[in-house]
Formats: sequence, structure tokens, C-alpha cells
Amino acid sequence: MSSTEKFRSEFRTWLRSGLTGEFAALKGRGGPGREHEAFAERLAWERHMAAAGWTCIGWPQEYGGRGATLEEQVAFHEEYALADAPARVGHIGEQLLGPTLIAFGTDGQRDRFLPGIRSVEELWCQGYSEPDAGSDLANVRTRAERDADGWSVTGQKIWTSLAHESQWCFLVARTGPGTHRHEGLSYLLVPMDQPGVEVRPITQLTGTSEFNEVFFDAARTGADNVVGEPGDGWRVAMATLGFERGVSTLGQQVGFRRELEELIALARRNGAAGDPLIRDRLARAWTGLEIIRFNALRMLDGAAAGAPGPEASISKIYWATWHRELGELAMDVCGADGMLADGAPYDLGDWQRLFLFSRADTIYAGSNEIQRNIIAERVLGLPKEARA
Amino acid sequence: MRFGEEHQELRTAVRSLLARHEGAAAWGPLTRQIGAAGLAVPEEHGGAGCGPVEVHVVMEELGRALAPVPYLGSAVLATQALLAAGDTGLLPALAEGRTTGALAWAENGSWRPEAVRARAVCGADGWRITGVKDHVLDGADADVLLVAARTETGLALFHVPSGAAGVEREAHTTMDLTRPQATLRFDGTEARAVGADGDRVLAHVRDLACTALAAEQVGAAERCLELTVAHVRDRVQFGRPVGSFQAVKHRLADAFVRVESARSAALGASWAAADGSPDLSRYAAVAKSACSEAFSAVAGDMIQLHGGIGITWEHDAHRYFKRAHGSAQLFGSPAGHRDRIAEVLVGPRGAGAERPA
Repeated sequence: MSSTEKFRSEFRTWLRSGLTGEFAALKGRGGPGREHEAFAERLAWERHMAAAGWTCIGWPQEYGGRGATLEEQVAFHEEYALADAPARVGHIGEQLLGPTLIAFGTDGQRDRFLPGIRSVEELWCQGYSEPDAGSDLANVRTRAERDADGWSVTGQKIWTSLAHESQWCFLVARTGPGTHRHEGLSYLLVPMDQPGVEVRPITQLTGTSEFNEVFFDAARTGADNVVGEPGDGWRVAMATLGFERGVSTLGQQVGFRRELEELIALARRNGAAGDPLIRDRLARAWTGLEIIRFNALRMLDGAAAGAPGPEASISKIYWATWHRELGELAMDVCGADGMLADGAPYDLGDWQRLFLFSRADTIYAGSNEIQRNIIAERVLGLPKEARA
Repeated sequence: MRFGEEHQELRTAVRSLLARHEGAAAWGPLTRQIGAAGLAVPEEHGGAGCGPVEVHVVMEELGRALAPVPYLGSAVLATQALLAAGDTGLLPALAEGRTTGALAWAENGSWRPEAVRARAVCGADGWRITGVKDHVLDGADADVLLVAARTETGLALFHVPSGAAGVEREAHTTMDLTRPQATLRFDGTEARAVGADGDRVLAHVRDLACTALAAEQVGAAERCLELTVAHVRDRVQFGRPVGSFQAVKHRLADAFVRVESARSAALGASWAAADGSPDLSRYAAVAKSACSEAFSAVAGDMIQLHGGIGITWEHDAHRYFKRAHGSAQLFGSPAGHRDRIAEVLVGPRGAGAERPA
């Protein structure tokens, strides 16, 4: 057995025995559009994982991780999805801030923050987007001013996932007065539990809210809570975005596969599978799923060889579009039933939530249009759009 | 799913050879200098002992150049059919390129093994075949004719010796002028049985054929995209390069996503074939349907984004567009392959309750 297979089998065994008893009911809970489900219980589950050493496995051992290889991390995500384990709650700290601190942080910052992420005692949210700076991160207006005691932060962030559950926020703020675009931005770590921070949930298409607006009004943070040099925030933030696309794609694909299998089962039950067009679209969806998997495998092969190829930039557009189409197909399979909610107050079914929430897939983490610009300009070498 | 150095060398060799020898004239040097016809033939039968991944590389390059050589018909279809049937006597000459082979397989526009109606009857003087075969690649000129026909005990593969009486070969004018096809008519033609398990042989050859063709489609689509990107970077309209307009850029970015995703599907199938994976059949169906649609879409974009010149014979765009159509239909349409996937995924057609409209 290869070392990866040994790792896979060890984790599978642990998951099987772990997802029992009080945790058995958590199977399949949470995820996009349903982050509100059983949050406290999922937090308890994740702390249980942490106690057994199954969080932050990709981090180096000196920072509390397992130093797992890429293949092992892929196996981890696949097994996690195959077990129908609940959606993670600490992933923002684990996958985004942790690697950023390991790459750019000071020893003091690592000692202070990494243990809390690994043990899931401290949850993090990401303060990048603003009402006037969604995909255009260089347009950030939030300001941070240095004074005798530290930093004072004022501004507004939006689309902040899990802000209402988080103890800390990593954000980008303008610290060089009079600077514009990429210059003069700094990457700050700000505590959420203070009078200067207000979190307002945003109700989404699904009627649920896992995104928020966050208002900072002279919110305070310590002088040592800037990552990298002041003014170097753009570079640090870009690195964090790079960590966002990674090995989780293969695990995500396992989750997609389960959705498609359940949709096929529904189509067989309700007779939609007798419709030749539905059959063709189900087969097309399955074809796309195989391609998502092969895209991810190519991306990993490239990463392992140290030369990420163009396949990295296509995967976001491909899977996001695929998932949105799956939502549309699900509604066509549901037929007339899809018009009705399960009950009051606005209790939508899983397929309706998929249909609605998957509209976000092609917008967040860089909209499809932004991704197309990146491909056209950086990969195909086409001239930049004339800008006013 | 990553190519090694030796694959890159093979690619470079095939590409530079195709640049030096245009059109059908490339076949001689391809077989003599590179041994292309015998790449996937075991060494004991005169080949190089390589496999589907090397075939993938060659097919991508042939697709880029739209090379009108009998590689797919002879080195993939005929050769792999003989290998799958376990009849190896004809292989050395095919592997060397001294002879070319053709697999007479499709009937009435279908490549499904169930569609074969040609009959083979065994009499005192051996087997005799009667039937009509469509869309036989290189069928008008091939030295070695292999024919799938139905016997009393099932589907089987036969070799019709050159010069046998009772064979009529009708060469067609094809819309894609770079891939010749013929209709072959057999009327009590003498034949030699080369393999009894015809269903397995044909199913396997179809998987390998779809896998190889998918690679060719990726190579051709990639070339369409390259040529189009180069054109819109150079071409100035309204005082700026056409390629700086977002409507054009986004269209080409989508084309890139299509081509690279198709490449992932084709690579997945080629690696599955190389590994002898039991899932080859479904990966081949995925690759054939996805790569067909990607090539067709990108070849169409190529014409649109070239403007007026794109709708003439003066530019190569029409050749790619025609090849895209021909390749999409060859060995079964994209929808036909999705139908095969649906059979496994959803269950047989017509089963299950009908839903009111």
C-alpha cells in the first residue's frame, strides 16, 4: 500500500468511527446556502477532529500540522466528502489565513494565532470585498490609521462569510493616505468582539444568510497585528487568494457527484428520466463532472511538478458554470413540484437551495467575467481593455 | 496525466516532420523516420511497443496539421482490431507502413456493434461475406481489409485478401476533404476468420478509436484557437486591436476553457487506456462527446472572429470547421455517446414512468 493509501485508510477508519453517536446526525449538514444548519454542533465536531489531529493537515509539523503531501490532502478531502461529513466551519482560517501567516507572518503572529486555528477555538472571516471593491480589490476604501496604541480601522466590508460566528477578521485597509490602487494597502488582523465592529447579516436568495456586511468604526487592533510590512498588503492578499484554489477541488468534486447521483435517483423516481432531453442533460452533467475531476488531477500533477499550467485558471469557470447548470437541471427534474417550498417560513428544499445558491458560484472568488479577463490577458496574451 | 520528456520529443519530431512534408506526402516519412504506424504495436510484431499515450501525442499533432494520412484508419483501427482479435500475422507489414489497413465496420451510419448486419457463412471452401459497409476510412486504397460480420454464433472479424473477387469499393467525395471514406460492398466474398469474439473486439476498438480521435480533436481545436488569437492581436479595427474588445476576449477565454477541459477529458481517456482501466469505455465516451463539441465550437468561433476571410477557401478556417463536423459524427455523435452514458447512469430508455407534460 502506498503511503497515500495508508493515510487515506487511516483517515477513513477514523471518520467512520468518528461520525457516530452525537455526531451521526451531522452527516450532510451545512455547506453553501445552508451554513446556518447545526452550527454549534458542527463546531463541536470540528474541535473533535482537531483533538485527533485531523485539522490543518497540510501545514508543516512545526506549526501543528501533519505536513501532509498534496496527494494525502486530496485523499483527505475525498474521504471527507465520501463520508458525507458536515461542511467545515474553520476552513477560512485553516486554508486562507494559516498559510498566509506561515508564509508572511512573524514568529509572534504564528505563535499567537496558528494554535487557535488548528484547535478551532478561534474562527476567522475574510475582509476583502467592499461595496465599491468587489472584484476590483485595488479599489479598497477602508482606512487604518496608526497611533500610539496600534491601529484604528474605519470602513465597510461586504459578502463576509461567517463574520457573525468569527472572533477575528483578516482584512485589507488603506494605510498610506493619498495612495491609490495597489499602493498603500496593509493586511491587518482585527478582533471582531469590540464596540467598533458591527455585523449585519444579508438575506440571500435562499432566505438564509451566511454572508454579512461588516462595519468598522474606529475599531482597534494591536500594532503587531499587521502581516508583512505596512503598505505591502496587496502582495499578501494576492497570496491568500492563491491559497483559495487548491487541493479542495477534488473533494468538492466528490460532493458534486453525490448531488448528481441524488438527482438521477429523483429523476428515476418521478419519471423525469423518461424524458430524452433530461437524460441527455444528466449524461452531459456526468461528463462535465468527469472533466472537473480530470482538470483537478492535471492541476495537481502540474503543482507537483512545480509548474502550474493553464489548467489552474480554467477550473473555477468550469466548475462554477457546471454547478449552476446542475441547479437549473435539478429544477427541470423537479418539475412543477419545484415551485413549492416545504413550508413556512420559507423552508426551501435541497434542490431549490442548490438552484438558488449556485447562482453565487459564478460570482464569488472572482466572477466568471473576471476569470475570463485573466485568461484572455495573462494566458492568451490579448491586449488590455482600454480603460477610462 | 503528465507527459514525460520522451513524449515531448515525439511531439517535436512529428510536428517538425509535418511542417516539412505537407499533405499525404507525410505518410512515408512518418512511418519510415518515426515509425508512427507501429508505435502501439508490440515489439515482437514489428512495432515500438508503446501505447495509447504515444498515440495520443501523434493524434494531437496530426489534428493540428489536419494531416490527410491513414494513421487513424490503419495504425489505430485496423492494427488495434488485429491486436484485440489476437491475429498478429498481418501486423509487421502494417507496423512498418509497407501496407495500410482499413476496418470495415459501420453500417447505415452506425458504429454500434449491434448495428452490424453483414453476414459471414462458412462453406466447404471457407468463409464468405455478404454485406455493405459505410464510412470505411481509407477503404478505397487500403491493402488489408478487415470486416466485421455476423455469423451463426455472433459477431466476428474477417480478413479479406487483396484481389479477392466480389468486392466493390466506392470512394466518396467527403465534405472534409482530408479524411477519405469509402463504401465497400461484399457479395459472397472469400474471407479468413481472424477473431471470433467480435463484440468484445469491436467494443474495445471503438473505445480506442474514440480516445485517439478525441486527442486529434484537441490538437485541431488548440490550433484553431492559436490562429484566432494571433489574428485578433494583429487585426486593427476602430483604431484598436480587435482582441482588446471584451466581447472578443471573453469569447476566446471561453474557447480556451473548452479546449483545455476537452484536453483533460482526452488525457483522462488515454491514460485509462494505457492503464488498462475497466472504466475506459465511459472515459472514451466522455472524451469523444466533450472533444467533439469543443472542436466544433472553437472551429465555429474561428470563422466568426476571422470575419470575411473566414468564410472563404483562402483561409484554413473552413478546413478545420469541416474536419470538426466530420470528426464529431465519426464513431458516433456526441449525443449518441451521451446516450450510452445515460444507459449506464439512468437506465434503459423507455423504462420508468412517463411524466405528464
